[in-house]
Amino acid sequence: MNVLSIQGVTKQYDNYKAVNNVSFDVPKGSIFGLLGPNGAGKTSLIRIITRITGADSGSIILDGVPLANTKIREVGYMPEERGLYKKMKVGEQLMYLAQLRELDRKEAKNVIDHWMEKFDIASWWNKKIEELSKGMQQKIQFIATVMHNPSLIILDEPFTGLDPLNTNLIKDEIFRMNKAGTSIIFSTHRMEQVEEICKDIVLINAGQKILEGKVSEVKNQFKKNQFYIEYEGLNGIVSGASYDVISDNDHKALVKIKNEVSTNQVISDLINQGCQILKFEERLPSLNDIFISLIENKNDE
Amino acid sequence: MMNKVRLVAGREYLVRVRKRTFIIATLFTPIGIGLMALMAGYFASKGGAASKSIVFVDESKIFEASDPSSKTHTYHFSAEDINTLKDNYKEKYDLLVHIPPFEDMSQKSHQVQYFSEEKLSVVTITNLESAIGKAYKKYKIEQSSIDVDLYNSFNTSIQFEDGILLEKIAAGEEEANKSGKLSLIIGTILGGLMGFLMYMVIFIYGGMVMRSIMEEKINRIVEVMISSVKPFQLMLGKILGVGAVGLTQLAMWIILVPLILFVVQLVIGTNPEQSAELMEMAQNMNTGKADLDGFNVSQIISEFNGLNWFLIIPVFIIFFFGGYFIYSSMFAAIGSAIGDDMGEGQQLMIPIVIPVVIAFIMLQGVLQNPNGNMAVFGSMFPLFSPIIMPARLAFDPPIWQVILSIIILIASCIFFVWLAGKIYRVGILMYGKKVNFKELGKWLFYKA
Repeated sequence: MNVLSIQGVTKQYDNYKAVNNVSFDVPKGSIFGLLGPNGAGKTSLIRIITRITGADSGSIILDGVPLANTKIREVGYMPEERGLYKKMKVGEQLMYLAQLRELDRKEAKNVIDHWMEKFDIASWWNKKIEELSKGMQQKIQFIATVMHNPSLIILDEPFTGLDPLNTNLIKDEIFRMNKAGTSIIFSTHRMEQVEEICKDIVLINAGQKILEGKVSEVKNQFKKNQFYIEYEGLNGIVSGASYDVISDNDHKALVKIKNEVSTNQVISDLINQGCQILKFEERLPSLNDIFISLIENKNDE
Repeated sequence: MMNKVRLVAGREYLVRVRKRTFIIATLFTPIGIGLMALMAGYFASKGGAASKSIVFVDESKIFEASDPSSKTHTYHFSAEDINTLKDNYKEKYDLLVHIPPFEDMSQKSHQVQYFSEEKLSVVTITNLESAIGKAYKKYKIEQSSIDVDLYNSFNTSIQFEDGILLEKIAAGEEEANKSGKLSLIIGTILGGLMGFLMYMVIFIYGGMVMRSIMEEKINRIVEVMISSVKPFQLMLGKILGVGAVGLTQLAMWIILVPLILFVVQLVIGTNPEQSAELMEMAQNMNTGKADLDGFNVSQIISEFNGLNWFLIIPVFIIFFFGGYFIYSSMFAAIGSAIGDDMGEGQQLMIPIVIPVVIAFIMLQGVLQNPNGNMAVFGSMFPLFSPIIMPARLAFDPPIWQVILSIIILIASCIFFVWLAGKIYRVGILMYGKKVNFKELGKWLFYKA
């Protein structure tokens, strides 16, 4: 079951295609990474999903219903370029946004109180936005994004400008809401965060999808049969019939296992050399590596 | 849909009305007008000041012989030598006037000197000149052996009676439709005032809409907003909210300005000397007779009440909103396109400024000929009609023109708001692009 299904979506501006025939599914209950370099078309795509703009062609199904027939409050969106009315008070601002998301006044007040207590900022109600630091404003923005309890939350670079403490606070909330059944689309180019948070990803570049899948599957797909070894007993290992040494420093080596060779074969070859193995583990490529190699390949074409 | 527009408008309204600058502008503008009136009154009364004791040295006795008197000043005549009096007139008098001998009857002008501690006001000088002039005229008539009554009979005062429009008689409306001279004067003042008010409204509140939109774009609030509100709703809410602010401010001024002017009148208006002298001047001026004589306060009030306020007020309000909608939606479109750089957007303001200025220039001609071709054209063209049509209301324009003008106005409002919405929804999300008219034209055809 997918919370969001995007089929052949295209959006054209003047003479370039910001989004070019993109299709992918966001599984229900997942934390989904929407990745891509700057200018890849992520924001254009999100703007289509949030109905800020319309697609030229293609279809989008949200929770089984064509997007145009869904309620606006089913999606919560925190844009990368986010601002608040500087002169407005925190409480008023949140009340206003909550009502725009179709909460009635009483409902809105309850939810906002709940969130402000949760973030320990209940005393900010009467503070003006301009009195808050950027990180503090970001907490308000996060509340504004999630307070109407949407079934899909879209976060565009949600952690920029946050200190580690607040990053964790928000991250924990994301995990908690996800556990409670909310699907989350997480757009960023910070790959270490994606590896930590996301279960599924899609990678787009120059308006086109170039990769899609579960994080673990993607990593397997791009693995290079590289293994990391820590050892004693030898002053260096030499390449053998079953493997090539890529690097070897201070009893820590990276080897590439040749095709059709089992890891047991490699280990026994190493033991036969007189090597005492302390550690032997597969080295999967980081998403960062995959990301860079894919984008570079594309751009070289 | 309307619910969200109302929310946006409500916020826009409350935020503005609670601002200190709004409260100051709303309260202090009438107080400022009051102060200005007070100051004008004060200076006028000081300049034209209190009654003076005037001594004349009239060498040829022409003025003295006419036995002149003044409601404001006291006149004295002295036979003393001007040179001695010049040195000591201050002991008994405020002002010394020396009328040199007058010998040649054919002389058309005559120089009179005065000596005074302070500079005389224009009003006082004008009054004295005309009083002396009258005496000389009388003297000349007598000397030329023309009978005074005969001479006076040469003067014929022509006065237009209240005109009656033939077509209206045909319609059986004899009574209601007299267009007297006074009502024309009042209509001109009222029309000019309403036209000017519209001109102000367009720039003040239209500019407010534009700045508000630019602020949202620059502060990047807009992207947060439009994920829950459609751009069109946001724009419409903003225009409505600011419009309500304008109406509030206008209503306050309409109540406060007359109130404060009334108070000012109580303070300075009771100075009888000053008003007496002004009246005297008006009467002395030959032209004064036809224009101002006979118009008294009660006449003005009755003429004012005779205006068709049940037509003027609602129609003015319709044009107030119509003009505001057309122009503020243009301001909204421009504001969304300019965003970060005010300087680069200046050329985009041209299509707003030009029609308003043209309409304002046309206004003068329209007031002189309120039912002429230019007036009719101005009332129908929707960029001019918000300034031109209200100005014509006091002149009983044909009702079909009023109705047609309103229909065109409303249709144009819808068209301009729609057009602005198309530009706005693209403009607010467009950053760092130099925008020109060609670009704006392209935006109209972007798919929503």
